[in-house]
Amino acid sequence: MLEASNLDCLRGGRTLFRGLSFSLRGGELLRIAGANGSGKTSLLKILCGLLTPDAGEVRWQDTPIRQLREDYSRELVYLGHAPAVKDDLTAAENLAVACTLAGRTASPQQAGEALESYGLAADGVAVRRLSQGQRRRAALARLLLSADAPLWLLDEPFAALDAAAARFTEELIAGHVAQGGAAIYTTHQEANIGAAVLRVVKLG
Amino acid sequence: MSAAIKWFWFASPQTFFPLAGTLARACWIGAALLAAAGLYVGFFVAPTDAQQGEAYRIIFIHVPAAWMSMFLYVVMAFWAAIGLAFNTRLSSMMASAVAPTGALFTFIALWTGALWGRPTWGAYWVWDARLTSELILLFLYLGFMALQAAIDDPRRADRAGALLAIVGVVNVPIIYYSVTWWNTLHQGASVSLTRAPSMASTMLTGMLLMALAFWLYSIAASLARVRCIILERA
Amino acid sequence: MIAAARCIVTRDLLLALRRPSDVGTALLFFVIVASLFPLGIGAEPDLLRAVAPGVIWVAALLSSMLSLARLFAADHADGTLEQMLLGAAPLGVVAAAKVLAHWLISGLPLVAIAPLIALQYDLPASLYGTLAVSLLLGTPVLSLIGAIGAALTLGLRGGGVLLSLLVLPLYVPVLIMGAGSVDMAAAGLSPQGQLQLLAALLVVAAAFAPWAIAAALRISTE
Repeated sequence: MLEASNLDCLRGGRTLFRGLSFSLRGGELLRIAGANGSGKTSLLKILCGLLTPDAGEVRWQDTPIRQLREDYSRELVYLGHAPAVKDDLTAAENLAVACTLAGRTASPQQAGEALESYGLAADGVAVRRLSQGQRRRAALARLLLSADAPLWLLDEPFAALDAAAARFTEELIAGHVAQGGAAIYTTHQEANIGAAVLRVVKLG
Repeated sequence: MSAAIKWFWFASPQTFFPLAGTLARACWIGAALLAAAGLYVGFFVAPTDAQQGEAYRIIFIHVPAAWMSMFLYVVMAFWAAIGLAFNTRLSSMMASAVAPTGALFTFIALWTGALWGRPTWGAYWVWDARLTSELILLFLYLGFMALQAAIDDPRRADRAGALLAIVGVVNVPIIYYSVTWWNTLHQGASVSLTRAPSMASTMLTGMLLMALAFWLYSIAASLARVRCIILERA
Repeated sequence: MIAAARCIVTRDLLLALRRPSDVGTALLFFVIVASLFPLGIGAEPDLLRAVAPGVIWVAALLSSMLSLARLFAADHADGTLEQMLLGAAPLGVVAAAKVLAHWLISGLPLVAIAPLIALQYDLPASLYGTLAVSLLLGTPVLSLIGAIGAALTLGLRGGGVLLSLLVLPLYVPVLIMGAGSVDMAAAGLSPQGQLQLLAALLVVAAAFAPWAIAAALRISTE
């Protein structure tokens, strides 16, 4: 499904990685490991098309993603470092916006259920009043509404989460992979996602 | 096939570096010779103007400088666009190298225009259409240079500058047209400061010689600067 | 595509509604700048009447530019810009939607308040219509062109001032045509020519600027 070939990445004058190649099929889980600053986030951004690699290319279903543009974006969900929520909107509003921008429709009821699964009430509280962990959960709730996206790209999905939420997220990712989707995630912590195929790309 | 290879052979900064040095040296010499010839014609050979006396002689610097300022902006935008489209580093470096020289000529055009204005019209700056357009062109050059200076990542600087230069070059005719119209609205049929006295052929020769001299100078200065940029980024 | 555009516009309007001070300060700036000129050049009625179109236009220009710096910066800071870059709608459409929202928040109110400033300057009432139309046509162009600058200067130090340096020269035709149309009307001539040119600028800007903004956003976020 996803193929990365000969990726080079230079940031701030430093070579983060050279000639990186791997492929990912449906039902597989890929973990990008590495110390701080080793280029995990840059690699993830290259894989979703936000960053252009200095060499090499990424192909989705055998077509370079640079040609696919929005067609590729529709097939993936990317959750970055920052929770990507607007402080002045409520969690439910943020979720609705995120889904619409991604081209998915989500009824208020579905959004409410997704938030509840993560222990958040779909009330009128602005996100600025939520804790870091709650914000990340509000962002992660999007995964529940993105089952049809084959590729999940998650940057530090477990950051700031408590044990229960982390467990829930692990199960979510495992379930997605079990149903034939693919997921790539970066993490510092050791995560235990029961998946049939777990590959690790170590950077740095 | 071999012609294609030859083009991109020199598109590599390393191979271009020595070539640039040789070309630059040749152009410095050519520029000096042509400038000497042009200034001689302008200040000694061309006849005294009936209306403006000796003061008009500054057009031998002013008009070629104005021509170069506009020409170099297009050149800069051209190289920047090539660099953006084909992702060639050297093209973007050329664009960045041309910019300061273009800004310099714009400044010279403005300065000499003011010096011409004083004895001829009594004021250093009369907001005529051409000089006002030159002023805005100077802002466009400075904006390009400021944007590139503010960005640390060279690749982003190249591409951002290229986009700005392209937007600028498209806007220059619009700006010129609107400033010309503005001038007619507010000053009526005042004589344009940069309208040269009717050309005796020696005057034209002088201006052309100076224009060629400035052009060779621009090439030499840009090549020298691009060598510095190549060294910086190597 | 339309759904995404509508979503972005409503989102930005909603955000502006919940932070009315942001909107209010830009409008206040417009009024203050316009009020400064008489203090600087004297309150001679004929003089003020003559400079009114230019002053109102310059104040509108500066106020519009002030609010441009925030156009993409907030989204860039909290990561929502990345999501828009990865959205299902083409980035040009997203950019156009952002600019539309920006104009509705920062440009349209200027058109509404301009008559009050015109009153301060004792501009004849017959000119209000031309002034309003010129601003109505011109402020979107300012938003469109300014957004290119805002996208190029995303995340840079010296952001706001650098943005002004880049964008003000490009504003000159809009300023000349806008203020000029009112001056023509004041002189008893028809402002049609200038207004039509403004409309043409608007059409061209609306057609091309979104793609330039999209390209600039990609350049700035890579």
